[in-house]
Amino acid sequence: MHDCARGFSLSPACCSLLENPTAVLPEDSVEDELEMATVRHRPEALELLEAQSKFTKKELQILYRGFKNECPSGVVNEETFKEIYSQFFPQGDSTTYAHFLFNAFDTDHNGAVSFEDFIKGLSILLRGTVQEKLNWAFNLYDINKDGYITKEEMLDIMKAIYDMMGKCTYPVLKEDAPRQHVETFFQKMDKNKDGVVTIDEFIESCQKDENIMRSMQLFENVI
Amino acid sequence: MAAGVATWLPFARAAAVGWLPLAQQPLPPAPGVKASRGDEVLVVNVSGRRFETWKNTLDRYPDTLLGSSEKEFFYDADSGEYFFDRDPDMFRHVLNFYRTGRLHCPRQECIQAFDEELAFYGLVPELVGDCCLEEYRDRKKENAERLAEDEEAEQAGDGPILPAGSSLRQRLWRAFENPHTSTAALVFYYVTGFFIAVSVIANVVETIPCRGPTRRPPREQPCGDRFPLAFFCMDTACVLIFTGEYLLRLFAAPSRCRFLRSVMSLIDVVAILPYYIGLFVPKNEDVSGAFVTLRVFRVFRIFKFSRHSQGLRILGYTLKSCASELGFLLFSLTMAIIIFATVMFYAEKGTNKTNFTSIPAAFWYTIVTMTTLGYGDMVPSTIAGKIFGSICSLSGVLVIALPVPVIVSNFSRIYHQNQRADKRRAQQKVRLARIRLAKSGTTNAFLQYKQNGGLEDSGSGEEQALCVRNRSAFEQQHHHLLHCLEKTTCHEFTDELTFSETLGAVSLGGRTSRSTSVSSQPVGPGSLLSSCCPRRAKRRAIRLANSTASVSRGSMQELDTLAGLRRSPAPQSRSSLNAKPHDSLDLNCESRDFVAAIISIPTPPANTPDESQPSSPGGSGRASSTVRNSSLGTPCLLPETVKISSL
Repeated sequence: MHDCARGFSLSPACCSLLENPTAVLPEDSVEDELEMATVRHRPEALELLEAQSKFTKKELQILYRGFKNECPSGVVNEETFKEIYSQFFPQGDSTTYAHFLFNAFDTDHNGAVSFEDFIKGLSILLRGTVQEKLNWAFNLYDINKDGYITKEEMLDIMKAIYDMMGKCTYPVLKEDAPRQHVETFFQKMDKNKDGVVTIDEFIESCQKDENIMRSMQLFENVI
Repeated sequence: MAAGVATWLPFARAAAVGWLPLAQQPLPPAPGVKASRGDEVLVVNVSGRRFETWKNTLDRYPDTLLGSSEKEFFYDADSGEYFFDRDPDMFRHVLNFYRTGRLHCPRQECIQAFDEELAFYGLVPELVGDCCLEEYRDRKKENAERLAEDEEAEQAGDGPILPAGSSLRQRLWRAFENPHTSTAALVFYYVTGFFIAVSVIANVVETIPCRGPTRRPPREQPCGDRFPLAFFCMDTACVLIFTGEYLLRLFAAPSRCRFLRSVMSLIDVVAILPYYIGLFVPKNEDVSGAFVTLRVFRVFRIFKFSRHSQGLRILGYTLKSCASELGFLLFSLTMAIIIFATVMFYAEKGTNKTNFTSIPAAFWYTIVTMTTLGYGDMVPSTIAGKIFGSICSLSGVLVIALPVPVIVSNFSRIYHQNQRADKRRAQQKVRLARIRLAKSGTTNAFLQYKQNGGLEDSGSGEEQALCVRNRSAFEQQHHHLLHCLEKTTCHEFTDELTFSETLGAVSLGGRTSRSTSVSSQPVGPGSLLSSCCPRRAKRRAIRLANSTASVSRGSMQELDTLAGLRRSPAPQSRSSLNAKPHDSLDLNCESRDFVAAIISIPTPPANTPDESQPSSPGGSGRASSTVRNSSLGTPCLLPETVKISSL
């Protein structure tokens, strides 16, 4: 994808680390450039991915071709991710939300989203059960991945979402709208009123909410 | 960029699952999806060369020919491929654009041809990638300039016949500006030239000392004082002619204010004014000094030659365009002069009987030394003075040598441009003559055909059959077409001569050569005619006939080039057309790089989506989430949203 390369001009569009998935992105851009020239990420075999995810072979083929076209190196890192996402929300600032989203997709936390991560996430979102989807959403909100959603975490998420709206909204966006929304959310979700939402509370409350349940079917046919 | 957008959209939509639990209201239902999500390989046959690509690749840019349903028009069901009768080499670049998202500009191809291909395939020229953009723009600009020069040359060096109804003023102005258009203008041109020369020579000769026939008084006088009457008469005659010319030009000028401000008219005024001032100033001692000064201005008459000499005009234009370099030269020289004069003055201060009496006096020495003149009237005598003097002369050479190449290259460029323009003008005449010949040939063929009664068709003789046989099927059909047109308009075609005879001053010759592409252009120079409608229709018909007729003839290429020249360079791009309905919804995408698209994704919970439609066109100017392509991509529309978002 040319936004890959263009977004940051020769710097690590491709991450060096595919040999060592747990390594962190090196800070030195010279090294990155060298490594970019040599390292490419190759995804697992098609059959393996098909077994791991809920997509058909054809769907995987289509997805991979698009992915590979946009990122010839085979991985997406956070900068690119943010750029991609911002293209969909030109009015507001989607960088914060994209950051959270990136962390949610990057399950092995190596700073890059490979095709496997991509497929894993999409598989859950598009073909997963309601439970899995809610699980994923909880994981998204739980910024520090400690199993609890605090009010601060929720506020960050909410602010990120509202940031994507930008300034020009109707009705006009007020300062405390995110906070109010967080309050509403906690009222609904936090059953024992201990100030945090656990995964069970979350899933339980969501399953009770008809709107949410109905909306879960919305994205089945995206691919 | 649209490719990126299209591919990542499913991902963005999937990630919207993260908003679900936060939504306070039910989200709108998803849009219907096309049944076939499979990927298939399309075959695109461009003039025999087969290109195969995934359908998805082409779908990336739904605003182009290949990405939209427009390509179905080119689908050949028998062979199962899309056939385009275009240049396969150019198509390679177009297809690569779909694949890589970057449009590259081929270096060895003509930029005009490339543009045409882009227009055909619905790609906006702005899509050219950064790597090739600069060169593309340069070449386009060069082309445009050349075409503009062509046009100007055509208009300026126009046919010898003016549109009828032009006033005396216009004709006079034309005669002044283009002396070669009529004999009278040419005569006037040479006469004024001659008198300028005479006037200048008289001014010069006036001052030569000539010995009179008698040696009393023995001292020599300048000729001007010896034959004052003769010189006065000559001067008067010249000034009268110049005054007449100036007044005539003033009368004929289309914009008198502009004429008064132009350089040439100022020169004219300065040339004749001293004479008149001299007439009215009494000849007494006080003023005669000033009067003498005024006579100096008579030398400006030599600048009137610039109307007659193109080289002089070019020189003047060059100097004007190099004003900054000249300014730099002057400035640096002044600085150097002051510095060196000061140094020389103080160096030579000690010497007695020195010429360097003051710094301004040293200026003269510095100038003479820096320009390497070296008169030798002022010479340093101290050692320090000599050292600094040599430094001064060396630096003078450098300072003067620097801006000179710039000025020279400017002059050369402008000169060559003019040469090219002149050459093209000369060639143009030949070309036009050939075209006119070809066209009249065609018209004559048609008229001949009519005369032979071939159109009546009812019958008959062998001669007719023979005549008919001599023409190709194409010609037959063509003539039939022309005939139909005649019947439709109740007018007939004639040839040039007859027509110009009937209409007098109006000539078709110059006009038909200008008539543009085969599609008729009814409004044109015909509007100058105040004649009644039938005549205009007739001219229109004839122009159409001539232009269509000429297509069938040999010098089609000539006409095509002429037509091609006139065609507007801007390609009609689909993207620009499609962008219109979306612009109204575009809130903050002002830059020309962006075309907003509407994509149906569920709006974030903060909105109040209560419509059943997935995309909320938004009351009161609120736009649903728009997609912006960061690099001039064409708008990325999902097919299902096209119908919805067409407001």
